Amino acid sequence: MFELLGVPPQVLMGQLLIGLINGSFYAVLSLGLAVIFGLLNIINFAHGAQYMMGAFVAWMLLNYAGIGYWPALILSPLIVGAIGIALERTMIARLYKLDHLYGLLLTFGLALIIQGIFRNYYGVSGLPYQIPGTLQGGQNLGFMFLPNYRGWVIVASLIVCFGTWFMIEKTRLGAYLRAATENPELVGAFGINVPRMITLTYGFGVGLAAFAGVLAAPIYSVNPNMGADLIIVVFAVVVIGGMGSIMGAILTGFGLGIIEGLTRVFYPEGSAVVIFVIMAIVLMIKPEGLFGKSA
Amino acid sequence: MFRKIALSTAAGAALMAGPALAIDIKLGVLNDQSGVYADLSGQGSVVAAQMAVEDFDAAGKGINVEVISADHQNKPDIASNIARQWYDQDGVDAILDVPTSSTALAVADVTAEFGKVFINSGAATSDLTRANCQPTTIHWTYDTASLANGTGKAVTEAGGDTWFFLTADYAFGHALERDTTAVVEANGGEVLGSVAHPFPGTDFSSFLLQAQASGAKVIGLANAGADTVNSIKQASEFGIVQAGQKLAGLLLFINNVHSLGAQTAQGLQMTTAFYWDMNDDTRAFSERFQAEVGAPPSMVQAGVYAGTLHYLKAVEAVGSDDAEAIVAKMKEMETDDPLFGKGYIRKDGRVIHDMYLMEVKTPEESTGEWDLLKLVSTIPGEDAFLPMEDGGCEFALAAE
Repeated sequence: MFELLGVPPQVLMGQLLIGLINGSFYAVLSLGLAVIFGLLNIINFAHGAQYMMGAFVAWMLLNYAGIGYWPALILSPLIVGAIGIALERTMIARLYKLDHLYGLLLTFGLALIIQGIFRNYYGVSGLPYQIPGTLQGGQNLGFMFLPNYRGWVIVASLIVCFGTWFMIEKTRLGAYLRAATENPELVGAFGINVPRMITLTYGFGVGLAAFAGVLAAPIYSVNPNMGADLIIVVFAVVVIGGMGSIMGAILTGFGLGIIEGLTRVFYPEGSAVVIFVIMAIVLMIKPEGLFGKSA
Repeated sequence: MFRKIALSTAAGAALMAGPALAIDIKLGVLNDQSGVYADLSGQGSVVAAQMAVEDFDAAGKGINVEVISADHQNKPDIASNIARQWYDQDGVDAILDVPTSSTALAVADVTAEFGKVFINSGAATSDLTRANCQPTTIHWTYDTASLANGTGKAVTEAGGDTWFFLTADYAFGHALERDTTAVVEANGGEVLGSVAHPFPGTDFSSFLLQAQASGAKVIGLANAGADTVNSIKQASEFGIVQAGQKLAGLLLFINNVHSLGAQTAQGLQMTTAFYWDMNDDTRAFSERFQAEVGAPPSMVQAGVYAGTLHYLKAVEAVGSDDAEAIVAKMKEMETDDPLFGKGYIRKDGRVIHDMYLMEVKTPEESTGEWDLLKLVSTIPGEDAFLPMEDGGCEFALAAE
């Protein structure tokens, strides 16, 4: 069969699949960020730390409470979401009337504090978290060996992403939320508790980050720095997709994961940079992002 | 009344009984305190330096030692700025530790510029005493050449004659790949290819897939710290080891083996200059260290202790803080401490001591949380490190 630039097709297919897996993480995380920014106008720099907390809570549930992976998939987002709600009620809500940048600084500071606390108690070497029994092993697809767990990551992300998009774009609750973002006073006049909706939405966005963290725990080591490197890339993904667009965040997340995967084949040294190069180009040509609406 | 006289006399006597020497020394421990290498160096290295100062009884000998520390975040520009400020404004006499080869090379040059002392314990690149050598650099603990001569040679001789490298894309990874390639080829092996991953990395699945596609018998991991741990975990997930390829972790620390757990890491071979359970002396030190830090010392942290001890011995012998005289004294005196045993420092700054090839125990063999390694063989210092002759270190060769 043909070889593309010296790379056999099996290797290429394998890399595309891996790119899709990485893209799943980008998609879920950027979805959370897009929900929080698009609907609440908060630049949530603590997203990476909340992703890390999701992984740590899953580890803690297993090691301190004996609760396994499947319940942790639900419990961890709930717990971290609740922490997020507490943060929002006590600190972030005070900054709504101010410039976006204050929210950015506050959440950035929170991220550093949270990371520092975890690093102090758990070190940076990483804590082990086993892949759950039912998902161990893998399938030999011919062109590569796909671990079952990684296949599950793609499936879980697609379900969560599609579910969120559906809820926000197609249900009444989502309609209230979108309306509340555009005109909070009018929506409040209809008797809808706008501040509570905003709080719950922030909690939901944080819960999405924690969900990604639980998905990541068995395959990336659970360590306090795991969110810091990822969050910068995720922000780039959100910017490329369009800051307010839910579908944009999902599609761009998967798409950029695939592009990064391809770069790893042809020019591995550049794989950390390619997303930022694309972000620079998109900002120059279409500043509101690929799927964003121009102001 | 009598008590008062007695006390003041005693105080006066104590004050007058001080030794003639009064040297002020400031040591700076510069390493990664928050990133991928924080557990094997970090705060533990600072504790190691302080323990060396105490054990040497510097205060009793009239040498006032202050130990300060900073985080270089694995970035060469931050490391050189801190080094520059320390030497220029803060009166630091010697910098210790500095893991991450790119930062070590930067600090070595800054140290030479200011004519101070650099006792490196953490970095790997053999270039510190070869192509990029400086008269002010002492390279303790280990280097990429000794790792290659240890693990690289052992794995090739055991039948791993085709290699593929997964390399951290910075000075260390490339130096380790280069030195291991030389050893593999000298022992009849062949390197089929390599791929460089960004440092630090998180997901190695695409690179591991390329390694798998190459068909090499051995996948050489020319990376360290959390990168190696993740590479090994993900390799096991993708069935690479089960399918028959061997992983060679070219640089592993006790902290990484602990992270992996004996179940995943069993059978992996690694080269180290120090292991906490080697003999009574190392055990005694490690117990004290672990009480304060929470984990036994890595070879990097042990190297900070030993290097500081040797430095202070040189300061005492020289009687001043003259950097050039101290370095000359350090190279003249034999090194002898409870952790590394006997050794010596070569003209190019390379510390020669025995290296150990060790293997990770199986879960059944391991009797404690940190009882993870067993000794396979001892590599004498003369064989472990590359000879000075073709090292390209001009000032050392000229002095011959």
